[in-house]
Amino acid sequence: MAKTQITMKVNGAEVEGLVEPRTLLVHFIRENLQMTGTHIGCETTHCGACTVDIDGMSVKSCTMFAVQADGSDVTTIEGMANPDGSLSALQEGFRMMHGLQCGFCTPGMIMRAQRLLKENPSPTEAEIRMGISGNICRCTGYQNIVKAIQYAAAKINGVEFREAAE
Amino acid sequence: MIPGPFSYHRPATVADAVKLLSTLGDEARPLAGGHSLVPMMKLRLATPEHLVDLHGVAGLKGIRRDGGKVVIGAMTTQHELLASDEIAKSIPILQETALLIADPQVRYRGTIGGNIANGDPGNDMPALMMTLGATYRLEGPQGGREVAAADFYQGAYFTAIEPGELVTAISIAVPPAGHGHAYEKLKRKVGDYATAAAAVILTMSGGKVATCTVGLTNLSETPLLADAAAKAVIGTSLDPATLKKAAAAAEAIMVPAADARGPVEYRKHVGGIMVMRALQRAAAKAA
Repeated sequence: MAKTQITMKVNGAEVEGLVEPRTLLVHFIRENLQMTGTHIGCETTHCGACTVDIDGMSVKSCTMFAVQADGSDVTTIEGMANPDGSLSALQEGFRMMHGLQCGFCTPGMIMRAQRLLKENPSPTEAEIRMGISGNICRCTGYQNIVKAIQYAAAKINGVEFREAAE
Repeated sequence: MIPGPFSYHRPATVADAVKLLSTLGDEARPLAGGHSLVPMMKLRLATPEHLVDLHGVAGLKGIRRDGGKVVIGAMTTQHELLASDEIAKSIPILQETALLIADPQVRYRGTIGGNIANGDPGNDMPALMMTLGATYRLEGPQGGREVAAADFYQGAYFTAIEPGELVTAISIAVPPAGHGHAYEKLKRKVGDYATAAAAVILTMSGGKVATCTVGLTNLSETPLLADAAAKAVIGTSLDPATLKKAAAAAEAIMVPAADARGPVEYRKHVGGIMVMRALQRAAAKAA
C-alpha cells in the first residue's frame, strides 16, 4: 500500500514520517518517533492508556490513524514536564499522592487530566471522576489518582491542597 | 491490532465525498469520528478497501438555529454538542444523552452523524432522534433528500442510506418551551451500550400529560417509538397504575437480543423500568 508523507508538531517539535494509511497514531508515536511513554493497553478504545492531546482534545491514539493527525499539534507524556525539566503540577501530584502503583495507566491519566484541568480548573471530585472515566486503572482504585488531580488543581490555582477526610 | 490495508481519501467538499463514495462503490466507507469503525477494522470485522475521511469536508460541522429548528452538521462531535449554548437552551435532552455516550475521549471524536448513520442498535442518538421527530439530510449522486429518523432504520446496520449517499445534517424542530425531557439509560459501566434505555419528551397542562413521545434504545434491531406507551399516559397525572400500563405497553414491542447484558426477559423488564423513570423525571422537569 502506498505510503504517505505526514508532518505534525509533537511536544513543540516538527516531526515527519512516511506511513501507511493503516498506521495508527499510537504506533507512529511509539515506533517511528521512539516515544514509548504513550502506552498501548486494550487496543479497543476502552482503557485510555494511549491518550494524547491533539489540537486541544484528549484522544485515544489507538483509534486514530497517523495520517489523520497530519498537520496537527500533538502533546504526549514526554511533553508534560516543565520547560526546566522539573515535574509539572500533575506529575508532582501523582508522585506526592501515590497516584500510581504499576504506572501503566499513568501517562494516559496525566494526559487526560491536563486537558480536564484546562477546561475546568477547579473540578469537584465527581467532575474529576467523570472526567477520567475513559481511563482504566487496575491498581489504585482511583482514590489516589483523584487526590493527585486535586493536588495539581490546587497547585495550579495557587491554593493550599487539603485532603478531604475519608 | 492493526487494520487491514486501505487507501485513504480526504475530500474537501460534500460533492467530492459523494463522488468518491459512489465511484469507489461497496468497498468504500465514510470515516467520521471513527470510534465504531476503527475498532471494527482492527478486529478485521470491517475490511474496507477505501476510507473517505470526512474531517476535511467544509460545511459538515456546526450547530445553527433556523427559525423553529436547530440544524446540526453531521461531523459535529458529542463534545461540541455538550459545549453548545444553543443546544443547552433549546434541546437539552441532546446534552443529557450525549453525556451518557462512551467516555470523554470518545466524545471529542465521536460525531452525531456517525452515531445516527451507523445503524448500530446500541447507539443512543437514533431513538432520541425519532423521539424528537428529527429529519436527516442526505446528499448523493442523484442529489439531496430529507429522510425522517422514523423512516431511516430498517434493521441492525441497515438504514435508508443508498449507495454513494452521505448524511450531511440533522434537523430538529425545537420542542415547545416548558417541555419535560429525560433519557434514562441502564448500562453496566461507563462506556457501555445500553442494557435498555428510554427517551421521553412531554408537555404538561394543568398537572396532566398533554403530549408525549417515548423512544427506546437497544431493545430491538432498530430504535423504537413506543406509541402505545405514550398514548397511555396522555391526560393522566402519571399515577402508579398509569406508569405500569405505559411500561407494559412499551415492553410489548421490545424484542431485545439475549447477550452479555442479560436475557430477553431481564432486558424487557428493565426497559419498562427505564420508561417509567423517564416519564416521571420528564414530568417533574416540565413547566
